[in-house]
Amino acid sequence: MQNEEKKDEGFGRRDFLKSAVAGGAVAAAATAAVTVPQGAQAQPAGNGPAPGYAFLNLDEAAFVEALVDHMVPADQLSPKGTDMGLAIFIDRALAGGWGKGDRLYMQGPWKPGVPSQGYQLPLTPAELYRAGIAATNAHCMKTYSKSFDRLDATQRQEVLLGLSSAKITFADGLPVRVFWSTVYQTVIEGMFSDPIYGGNRDKAGWKMIGFPGVIANHAQNIIKYRDKKLPPNFVGIADMS
Amino acid sequence: MPKVMKEVDAVIIGLGWTGGILAKELAEAGLKVVALERGAMRTPAADFSVPMIRDELRFTSRNEMGQNVARDTLTVRNNPSQEALPMRRLGSFIPGEGAGGAGLHWNGQTWRWTDMELRIRTMYEERYGKKYIPADMTIQDWGVTYDELEPYYERFEYTAGVSGKAGNLRGKIQPGGNPFEAPRQRDYPLPPLNQSLACEMFTDAAKNAGYHPFPRPTANASRTYTNPDGATLSACQYCGFCERFGCEANAKGSPLTTVIPIALRNPNVELRTHSWVTRINKAADGKRVTGVTYINTLNGEEIEQPAAIVVLCAFVLNNVHLMLTSAIGKPYDPVSQTGVVGKNYCYQTAAGATLFFEGRNFNPFMSTGGLNVTVDDFYTNWAFDRAQYGYVGGSHIFGGMFHGRPIAYRPMPADTPQWGSEWKAASAKWYNSAMSINASGSVMANRYNYLDLDPTYRNVFGQPLMRMTFDYKPNEHKVGQHAAQAINDLAKTMNPTLMNPATARTDPWSVVPYQSTHNTGGTVMGTNPSNSVVNKYGQSWDCHNLFVTGAGLFSHNSAYNPTGPVGALAYWTVDAIKKQYLKKQGPLVSA
Repeated sequence: MQNEEKKDEGFGRRDFLKSAVAGGAVAAAATAAVTVPQGAQAQPAGNGPAPGYAFLNLDEAAFVEALVDHMVPADQLSPKGTDMGLAIFIDRALAGGWGKGDRLYMQGPWKPGVPSQGYQLPLTPAELYRAGIAATNAHCMKTYSKSFDRLDATQRQEVLLGLSSAKITFADGLPVRVFWSTVYQTVIEGMFSDPIYGGNRDKAGWKMIGFPGVIANHAQNIIKYRDKKLPPNFVGIADMS
Repeated sequence: MPKVMKEVDAVIIGLGWTGGILAKELAEAGLKVVALERGAMRTPAADFSVPMIRDELRFTSRNEMGQNVARDTLTVRNNPSQEALPMRRLGSFIPGEGAGGAGLHWNGQTWRWTDMELRIRTMYEERYGKKYIPADMTIQDWGVTYDELEPYYERFEYTAGVSGKAGNLRGKIQPGGNPFEAPRQRDYPLPPLNQSLACEMFTDAAKNAGYHPFPRPTANASRTYTNPDGATLSACQYCGFCERFGCEANAKGSPLTTVIPIALRNPNVELRTHSWVTRINKAADGKRVTGVTYINTLNGEEIEQPAAIVVLCAFVLNNVHLMLTSAIGKPYDPVSQTGVVGKNYCYQTAAGATLFFEGRNFNPFMSTGGLNVTVDDFYTNWAFDRAQYGYVGGSHIFGGMFHGRPIAYRPMPADTPQWGSEWKAASAKWYNSAMSINASGSVMANRYNYLDLDPTYRNVFGQPLMRMTFDYKPNEHKVGQHAAQAINDLAKTMNPTLMNPATARTDPWSVVPYQSTHNTGGTVMGTNPSNSVVNKYGQSWDCHNLFVTGAGLFSHNSAYNPTGPVGALAYWTVDAIKKQYLKKQGPLVSA
């Protein structure tokens, strides 16, 4: 059922891609979207192979993949984060309108303010993510002499606890709480948003908790299934399109 | 020089609930009406269809039906000593944008606010004495009474298709309804919704505790319904996509399924979308307005639209902003306590507990925006003695769930880790086996909670942003403490497996997490020009051909949701225009 945990977490996709960079055209082939044969478009989104990253560079991709696989490990409840499409979801979110600061008021002057005044950084979400990954990796290099993706599970846990409690501070002045809350938000959104956005692959997030998805005509069910589980039938937007 | 259009009888700024009501009614009275809407037109058939509308990421996380704050936002701070900074993304509240406004993405909960609100200062002074009301609590009577508004509440309930059960029919208490409500002439147009397991469990517990639970009245149609204007609502499907979403089933009472399409079929109404009003223009003598100036956001052109009557129907915050940028009425100053525009800005407070019942199946995704059971024993129940807690106002308490959308809703015991296998296990275990009990609390007007223009930040049209100064005061903390205690006492009687108890909030108001779009005040109605922006009919004290609608009229905020009185006051105002103002143009109340 579930995917095997990769044993050597430190040496994976990034090393392959990095070595491929030397090959130029080979690298392009490795990162470009796989050519989709005619007729395959009818496949529900999220079932296809990972189509490559639009925003994340190799180091960032390695960070995000390590992060989502640590936060969402494979177990009897779901595949691991990368296999649920979380890295793809995050990449697309950062590459898209939201990541570019769509619907974000971006006029200065810029001041830190107090927490109750909310987001006040002169950064789009994509810029924040990029700066936060660099700052976290700088912390990891200083503390462990390795980037985040090369840490073992105990060290990764230490770093995430440090970020989430703001016990880690970034030397470059980036506010750690703002970075962490953005990271956390994107992981959750990747797990539970509709699969059309690249995460929640095979509706694994919905299946984990029992959310049936977009078919939701429960006028009869609210009586019929009073204190009973609804029989599993998970439907996403692409299934109805 | 702006292009000048031909004068019309009435210009309506903003086409949501109140704009829709005013446009329809004035056009039917024979007036030529132009409605200016800064967003786009939407239709339920095209824009709310399944599956695309059931997209939590798009409509909740990204707030696609809300105001785009990249173009226009406001600055926020907790008190006058802080420097206000821009609300750079939507959070605490979600003003609507586009035809239908916030009336598209509301939940539907519809209440009648009683004389306990409308005559608040008089009633509290009579019962508790003048000294009971703190010196900085600037509550005041609204100038209108429940008896005056009663027929208009009924009009709105029948327009929006509210499902509920009367508790007080012409003075006789009715079993199953809210016994504390003010007398109503007619029952709700539709019977209550089917109740969920959480509703039933809460009802039993509340009855055992001696409270008086009733199904919350809500504009989610419990069966197919044709309203008095001939608009048909379909039966609610309990899909769990109400708040933030348009209703695919046409079951949620929305202006886009009721008043707006009827208004737009009337040849007297012209809708101009993408039309962003930047100014209401005053006549040279300052006693009238001459029309409005707006920008066509599709090409940047500035246009002047003269009108005999101007009705301000945008979201509450945008109404206040337009009054300030148009320099109509004196801006409120908290130091000297003079001026009126921006005064008595209020919000709401809340407390909530999550109850976990191992093995029970609540199916939170089978729900509606108004499906819960409420006890009003600590709110509109005037017999409840507030002096023992020392507050004005109070809270009502309700059990149930509004939705099970999983980005936002994954109840877990408070000590659960934030990630990892243990977190996944708790998410899976409790998603279907938890329910909540919440309280919604009033916020009383305070001298230092107000709206004015920001000195620094500007919108894309170069206008100053509005500045919001707001925080909870000791009165609200007392309401919250009592509400949390009452919730926890009641929850414990239900013997949950585990519980995240309710706690009273003590931190400052924050713009970050979503709390409520029940912003009120700033263009308050009242008894005279020194304490209010408009008279009891919503007519500007300064310019008699300018009328203001919406929750900005409220001079404090109740524990109840605001749309009931927003709708009732819109019908009340348009009746005053039709029956009085059109016959004799001038102030309807002498100053």
